[in-house]
Amino acid sequence: MSATDLPPLAPSPGPRIRAVHDEFHGDLLEVSMGPHHPSTHGVFRMNVTLDGETVMKLKPVFGYLHRNHEKIGENTSYLSSMPYTDRLDYLCSMTNNWAYALAVERLSGQAVPERAEYLRVILAELTRLLNHTCLAGFLLQDGGASGTPLMYAFREREKILDLFESLSGSRMMCNFQRFGGCRTDAPAGWLDSVRRLVDGYGKFLDEYEELLTGNEILMARTQRIGRLPAALAVSAGITGPMLRAAGVPYDLRKVEGYGFYPRFEFRVPIGADGDTYDRYMVRVLEMRESIKILQQALRGIPEGPVMDPKARLRGFRPKPGEVYSRIEGPKGEIGFYLISEGGPNPYRYRVRPPSLINLTLLEDLCLGHSIADAVVILGSIDIVLGEVDR
Amino acid sequence: MSEAAPTSSGPTDAERDELRRHGIMLTSLEELCNWGRSNSVWPLQFGLACCAIEMMAASMARFDIARFGSEVFRASPRQADLIIVSGTVTKKMAPSVVRLWDQMPDPKYCIAMGACAISGGPFKQGYNVLKGIDRYIPVDIYIPGCPPRPEALLHGLMKLQEKIRGQGIFPTGDPRQAGAGRPSDCPVPEFGGHDLLPPQNPDLFHPPSLVRKEDS
Amino acid sequence: METPEQIRDRILARFPGASVAVVPNPGPAAQHSLLAGADLGREIATFLRDDPVLRLDYCSNVTGVDWPKQGFLEVVYHLYSMALRHGPVILRMRTADRADQVTLPSLTPVWRSCEFQEREVYDLFGVVFAGHPDLRRILMWDEFKDHPMRKDYVEPDDYEWEPTPHGDILAKARRHYPAPAAGAEGKGNP
Repeated sequence: MSATDLPPLAPSPGPRIRAVHDEFHGDLLEVSMGPHHPSTHGVFRMNVTLDGETVMKLKPVFGYLHRNHEKIGENTSYLSSMPYTDRLDYLCSMTNNWAYALAVERLSGQAVPERAEYLRVILAELTRLLNHTCLAGFLLQDGGASGTPLMYAFREREKILDLFESLSGSRMMCNFQRFGGCRTDAPAGWLDSVRRLVDGYGKFLDEYEELLTGNEILMARTQRIGRLPAALAVSAGITGPMLRAAGVPYDLRKVEGYGFYPRFEFRVPIGADGDTYDRYMVRVLEMRESIKILQQALRGIPEGPVMDPKARLRGFRPKPGEVYSRIEGPKGEIGFYLISEGGPNPYRYRVRPPSLINLTLLEDLCLGHSIADAVVILGSIDIVLGEVDR
Repeated sequence: MSEAAPTSSGPTDAERDELRRHGIMLTSLEELCNWGRSNSVWPLQFGLACCAIEMMAASMARFDIARFGSEVFRASPRQADLIIVSGTVTKKMAPSVVRLWDQMPDPKYCIAMGACAISGGPFKQGYNVLKGIDRYIPVDIYIPGCPPRPEALLHGLMKLQEKIRGQGIFPTGDPRQAGAGRPSDCPVPEFGGHDLLPPQNPDLFHPPSLVRKEDS
Repeated sequence: METPEQIRDRILARFPGASVAVVPNPGPAAQHSLLAGADLGREIATFLRDDPVLRLDYCSNVTGVDWPKQGFLEVVYHLYSMALRHGPVILRMRTADRADQVTLPSLTPVWRSCEFQEREVYDLFGVVFAGHPDLRRILMWDEFKDHPMRKDYVEPDDYEWEPTPHGDILAKARRHYPAPAAGAEGKGNP
């Protein structure tokens, strides 16, 4: 029996199991992949049931990094929860901070000065660049290119982290946004360094893409793998690049227009097939759009204060009420739901984690594929366990 | 080569240097083994949370942990010498960590990287957070920080190398070394209804007994 | 988009006798919500999803809230429309009490995104969702017995070593520290 006797793989959507005609009817094998496995996404576990190498069932198990962030949020004041938001999606601390600051500002009706809004956009887009670059590296590592694309990605990440460190004092856990603006203003020369980085980033992306985008191994490993139909994506609450790769044009920067995003001209890349390759390509194209936004923001950033002078940092007690506010983080829609009873701590503090919701369809995407494809699909969903488990 | 002072009789360091210039090296078996062991510590690919990203950054081009000997991060605990517990250890994850520690062959070392692995860190008040991995496995080096910079991890690794160079290669009765009929396995905790059972390893976890002041 | 009052009126027109009320939200955000009774929860949700004016096809967030003083557990759904780009419409459902009548209809058959989030509300609050395809614990281990996000949860007592205790941590740590012997000078906390 040779490979040409087998019926061809039907294209997705929907799981299709190959019918293999042979005499051996073996048992199904149940494997627990994780919580310690080298796929570098953290402590995540998948209970897969395999028929040979084909995935028949896949149940994700998490909670291995459940650090009761929400319970801590109830026992801590609003401002003291800001450093904890850094540690949610620990690769993208600036956008987490912004999402939380925006939620509290909407809860209390706090205004934000113009320079702070521009600074927030700059930091969010830098974070998006960082995240998508690292994702390309991690995806390739999951696909087997052990180390080299990730080395390139981390090299650029280090440059962006240098910028974050000179601005906020910390590489990763920046804790930079406050309710009413940013913690400090950019030091002298910082914006010029950002300009230099952004101008050089296009060249790095060209180099990266030349090695990766047309690479036949990447295409063979990711095309037609893990197809996501648009209707299922919307119902499952998928957001972020995964949703846009499935063909749904929903980007919160355009839909809600929070911050000063309506001032900037940028396009939103939409995928055609919804497979893993589209998820990779959407992120690469988003990086190029981020560079455009950064260049516009750097040209237009005005002088002025970065913190609203009427903002209260100490003794901050918003009036009773609740709010749900969301932003387009690099992984998807990150939202914060806060209920205030008028005290210094929130009564209920909830994080809407994009990584957790995007994992809803992991089983649907992996059924019928081989276990090696399951690893690549997981890599393309782009999860961070700090966010999944909180 | 290490600069350990020679025991009882033997050449002084000056004499050794002189001999070395002529291409003759004098050493002891222990120094030689420890030199090899300390300069090729292979960590386990074990990242739990945010500190794992700094650990990855330490293994990337800028900080390059490979020049200290940790060229490869092994995926299997059977092939690793060092477990860098980087990130918050939750109670759900603790049995897996202890099981991995048990599966590592001797001599094995543990670095607790980051505040969460040392004592629970910022998430200390948690129903699911283990207040430090030293409740269940013995830790050699503690690296504070949240997250510690990659340079701090490299400093911790260098301290570990110093510690290894000072160890003996024959069984010394150290409870952490296998031999003398005593296994170096740590008991794996189980999931109870409200907490892990046991909540800590009584042989290993000895919190200092503080005496409280008279209530004022 | 319609106001919550208009949505409530249309729901009542479609399901006469359903208990739907508008819960006003004081404060600047002004996100008023709809409180629906548990008996027709899933039907109301299906109506909200399929109605051509609303088309709320995207359930963004499912939150559990514990109200011990009022004596119920609450589940809040934030609904948006990707097709028509509006929202949020906030739907709330409350249990009868916090002890044994904690069942609510699951909205996972309506919006698939509720699947993991309802499991989390079950795990951390104890709300049982009837009709959920796979209701089991998601964040805590399966043998865990409590529901930790409830306000009256008592955490395990592992405060043996607290180098700088203060506030309520000091109170918890004191239980582990021995009292000084009578007359001896107390070493105090380092």
